[in-house]
Amino acid sequence: MADLKLTDVGKTYGGAVEVLKHIDLEIETGELVVFVGPSGCGKSTLLRMIAGLEKITAGTLEIDGQRVNDVPPAQRGIAMVFQSYALYPHMTVRDNMSFALKIAKKSKEEIDESVTRAARMLQLEPYLDRLPKALSGGQRQRVAIGRSIVRDPKVYLFDEPLSNLDAALRVATRIEIAQLKEKMPDRTMIYVTHDQVEAMTLASRIVVLANKGIAQVGTPLELYETPNSEFVAQFIGSPAMNLFPGKITETGERTTVALDGGGTAVSVVPSRPEDKGREVKVGVRPEDFEQTEGDAIYAGRVEITEALGEVTLLYFEATGSDEPIIAKLPGIHREMRGRDVRLGAAPEKVHIFAEGRSLLFRD
Amino acid sequence: MSPILQGILTIIIGVGGCVGYFYLSNAVLDRIIFPARDDDQGRNIALATAVRPWLFLLPAMLALGLYLVYPVVGSFIRSLYNRSGQEFIGLDNYLQMFSEEGFRVALFNNFLWILFVPAAATFFGLLVAQLTDRLSWGSIAKSLIFMPMAISFVGASLIWKFVYANDPDIGIINAIRDYFGADPIDPMQIPFWNNFFIMIIMVWMQTGFAMVILSAALRGIPEETVEAAIIDGANPFQIFFKIKVPQIAGTIVVVWTTITFLTLKIFDIVYTMTGGNFDTEILPSYMMDYMFRDDGRATAVAFVIMLIVTPVMIYNIRQAKREA
Repeated sequence: MADLKLTDVGKTYGGAVEVLKHIDLEIETGELVVFVGPSGCGKSTLLRMIAGLEKITAGTLEIDGQRVNDVPPAQRGIAMVFQSYALYPHMTVRDNMSFALKIAKKSKEEIDESVTRAARMLQLEPYLDRLPKALSGGQRQRVAIGRSIVRDPKVYLFDEPLSNLDAALRVATRIEIAQLKEKMPDRTMIYVTHDQVEAMTLASRIVVLANKGIAQVGTPLELYETPNSEFVAQFIGSPAMNLFPGKITETGERTTVALDGGGTAVSVVPSRPEDKGREVKVGVRPEDFEQTEGDAIYAGRVEITEALGEVTLLYFEATGSDEPIIAKLPGIHREMRGRDVRLGAAPEKVHIFAEGRSLLFRD
Repeated sequence: MSPILQGILTIIIGVGGCVGYFYLSNAVLDRIIFPARDDDQGRNIALATAVRPWLFLLPAMLALGLYLVYPVVGSFIRSLYNRSGQEFIGLDNYLQMFSEEGFRVALFNNFLWILFVPAAATFFGLLVAQLTDRLSWGSIAKSLIFMPMAISFVGASLIWKFVYANDPDIGIINAIRDYFGADPIDPMQIPFWNNFFIMIIMVWMQTGFAMVILSAALRGIPEETVEAAIIDGANPFQIFFKIKVPQIAGTIVVVWTTITFLTLKIFDIVYTMTGGNFDTEILPSYMMDYMFRDDGRATAVAFVIMLIVTPVMIYNIRQAKREA
């Protein structure tokens, strides 16, 4: 049974500005689904629609098989953690966490028990009688998480919960969220972020949003290894995948593409006989490039190098396309700057896109 | 000399005087008292820097001393003298005043005023601020409610004299009574309640002030805290009273206390509406009754008013500082 189901959901503001359309998504109980996408793609709006803070203008939202489009947020069985924590500044940590239960007129014992349990889970016990302003950013975010745990919702919604934290704390809190998920295997979590690392590390499935709709849904590695479009290919992975325009010269189990820049690429992506001569783009991730003496996909002069120790990034002068070509070689490579380098890649690592779509994902 | 010329001359003297004062005083400080040369250079620069703020503050402090501190002290001394100002009578003015029925009525009425007016004006201001927050015509409503602020107290009183007029053809209250067949009454002559009818004028005027400040404060509340409360299941009343009001509590106190000491100084409204008759006297109008007749008594009343205002004022300033 799907715990949460979106069917043809859409959102328009004032009947004119369309933000989201035709969103179909099923989320199973116990999943941690991450919404990612460029800013303005509507990922936060979609989360707020699930929360009930934004009206759903088209389609249906079901939680536990019940249509909840018009159910008020508090009765949807959800809890939300906001980017800005949204703690009530005039209440102590304890009052912040027990507010929802007091509103629901739970007994004092019940409230105390839930708050104590949540506080222990998040190591917030020493801070229960403090006001939010006396807490650090990480502690505030834990209180915000605690506030949702206390309500024991079926679905947790996180709206960029780590964006206001500094880098070190972000990693620590990310791990805490992952551990929290482990402790509550039967609870569903939906998590919005623009941070790829958060998406890749936390998600059981990632939903990439773009152009008012869903670009691709899949596990982190599915999206990384088999992106269905140029957009997803370039969005997942950092630095972004390199794209080279070319024409298909050989079809079959393996496909060979003659690149406009002079190189040749061989890919395990199969193609059909009628594809011969078709204009395509070949995609290779920077980390999949290797230096070669034989057939090269790309040959060029290194303009800039960035030595990070574990890897060395090579930036080549951009020819034709706007983005520079980037290669990521493992280890340390000294004095690469200004040198001519030939780059190839294993056929398993070469992606082919026609009109923006991967050849793997056509009808 | 023509008035225009006079005005220009005044401006030139005023502005020139300021510029001259700052230039010369700083020059004296830097060149003569603590010159930045020779062995003491570093020490002198530091000393000049320490003294300089006082140079800038001096004119303001002189003006405040002359127009604020001196009158306060002078009034207090005057209140210890008799009517003619010739004979020192100690606290007799105060003692006599407290034993007088009229003063006690004024004091009692004044307490009614500071209980009712700030509470009502703040309450209505908060109500309007919240209700007009999301309305498309909210800003028009707010402008209308703010408008009485721009009217003088006497002007406002005259408007309300029409409202309360003892004639069904003029006063709306009596017009309504007349419609139901009741005889006209004069609201200004109903004992005890006439105080409240007068206070309504002040509430009407100050609601706009409270509304503007509180509306800005409400806008400043982070929207997420309200959304979090919605998700927590709070209804609009709970959101307003448990989430919004506590977050702007500091501002509410500032508004409340500001209106309190505005109210303590009100004289014009009572004077215009009843002249202090029918037991509507309050301290400032009581003071005016004695002004020029018995300055000793009038300054004693003024001093009592100041004593009442001061703690409210101090609290108000502290709270406002904390808000900022």
